[in-house]
Amino acid sequence: MSVIYKEGREPHPREHRVVFKNIDREGWDPSIEMYMSEGGYDQLNKALTLKPGEVTDEVKKAGLRGRGGAGFPAGVKWGFIPPNNEKPVYLICNADESEPGTFKDRYIIHQDPHQLIEGMVISCFAVGANLAYIYIREEFPEGALILEKAIEEAHKKGFLGKDIQGSGFDLEIYVHRGAGAYICGEETGLIESLEGKRPYPRIKPPYFPAAMGLYLCPTIVNNVETLCHVKHIMKIGSEAWSQTGKPNNTGTRILCVSGDVKKPGYYEVQVGHVTMGELINDICGGLKEGRELKAVIPGGSSAKVLRAGETFKIGRGDDEKEISIWDIPMDFDSLAACGSMAGSGGVIVIDDSRSISWVLNNINNFYAHESCGQCTPCREGSLWMKKITDRLVAGKASPSDIDTLDSVARNIDGRTICAFGEAASWPTESFVAKFRDELIADTDPELEGVVVNAETLTAAANL
Amino acid sequence: MSFEVPSDLENEIDKRITHYPVSKRSAVLPVLHALQHHFGYLSEESVEWTAAKLELEPIKVLEVVTFYPGFRQEAPGKYHIRVCRTLSCAMAGSYELMESLCDKAGIDRSGITHRNPIAVSPDGKFSIEFAECLASCGTGPVCLVGDDFHETVSDVDSLLSQYP
Repeated sequence: MSVIYKEGREPHPREHRVVFKNIDREGWDPSIEMYMSEGGYDQLNKALTLKPGEVTDEVKKAGLRGRGGAGFPAGVKWGFIPPNNEKPVYLICNADESEPGTFKDRYIIHQDPHQLIEGMVISCFAVGANLAYIYIREEFPEGALILEKAIEEAHKKGFLGKDIQGSGFDLEIYVHRGAGAYICGEETGLIESLEGKRPYPRIKPPYFPAAMGLYLCPTIVNNVETLCHVKHIMKIGSEAWSQTGKPNNTGTRILCVSGDVKKPGYYEVQVGHVTMGELINDICGGLKEGRELKAVIPGGSSAKVLRAGETFKIGRGDDEKEISIWDIPMDFDSLAACGSMAGSGGVIVIDDSRSISWVLNNINNFYAHESCGQCTPCREGSLWMKKITDRLVAGKASPSDIDTLDSVARNIDGRTICAFGEAASWPTESFVAKFRDELIADTDPELEGVVVNAETLTAAANL
Repeated sequence: MSFEVPSDLENEIDKRITHYPVSKRSAVLPVLHALQHHFGYLSEESVEWTAAKLELEPIKVLEVVTFYPGFRQEAPGKYHIRVCRTLSCAMAGSYELMESLCDKAGIDRSGITHRNPIAVSPDGKFSIEFAECLASCGTGPVCLVGDDFHETVSDVDSLLSQYP
């Protein structure tokens, strides 16, 4: 069956669709019949003929890095389950998709749920899990129903349940809905939430999920897109799969572009094969008419901002070169070398019509609202940062407030149980470092040393 | 009004609890979701009922209700609207969307608090709150009306008219 996409929803020629092959496809539906008509679940059957360790080895060899944010190699993560383990092993699909700027898992869940389920069953087989959960954010109510229907269909066809396809392998998958908290995207917070508690992240060590996760048993938590890739690694083999992308940044990934471009959307590309400039100007149709680039947040709102006009050093030794924002290859290592991160693949483009103070204030509002409150620096600091930028956008901040803002951020970073502390402080740290003059321009020198009035205090406290 | 969980709802809840063979406590979120879906919000009775059902102290349920933004302790309107407030949607006009939705539905948000961020129209038909990132940043501004998702919302009149 040839692949035809809906009119106006055709992939860009620079795309390389693997996981998103069936997204926006003409005549495609999320049923198991449709999925099986194109070889669906064949890779599961193939995996079941292998030893679990052989599947893990394939994923390791492919170099698949987690698509949820941290970019940690999935196969290595699986390998952290203690070899002498006698406890049950669990697998959780992280479908919390909560990092601002990210909107890829939504489409997989709604339009191609069986791809995810097949990827999960193969992964569960590899790690020896007989019980798995899909932790889906509460704000995807339709997605939860679609997944439950897909699970039921897979059950009826014998791809789930007892003795899957006569292999002796048993697996149940259940859908678990979150309740609107960003922190549940953090894997240990997610686990607490799945245990029916407030999602306070656990400290690592000792609570590395692969050793002590759900119910203190070995637990593998992987993102939706990561689990989908497992199926494709099975299909073409780790060797061929790792030929896409580039070394240490293998495969394809979905970049989600939002903000000030002509064609925001999701684009699956080979990792590192497009530059920021190609992504913005070619794939996304460029900036809006008459506008110039001001900044890009390249990997979800937690990623450090990149300023237009900045130069970055990438490569090592003789390969080292200085590049502009336009020439940054969109891969894990290059974005890290540029001082930011590929994160969750959410690219937010900001043009010169935007006030930097307003953008930072919006981000600070998010983190102040979403801090779980467990660690003092983060609970207090995220709110202080929000209060300062609240004043900044209201024209009631003094120039020294910008130093205070930076100091608050630097007192969160590295002082919390989980990475939310970094997520909350990196935007402020990088905005202050790169846009100090613009932030200062929004302050009022006459307010230096003046105590903010009671009205502002009340407004700021009223989250 | 007396608090009563209909038997079909209780059956559905009992079935959900079986999804957690290791620990019944894991079913706190799904039980609360089922109750909130039925009653519109989570009353003290809902908390106590959940606690009894799962053999927990009520505080173990209440602490969950008060933590998660997805759980409400006050009654919303007949149709509850959640407008995405986060960056990409805000850049696409979600604050303006919030303003015009409130304007058309006659909702006054001046009394909202951190504990109860929901404002209800005087006729009780619509209620509204801001939500953080709804994960559709490419099609902002977006909102949820009940369980219905709406993207690139520009015509507020036609959006509200879908809800009689």
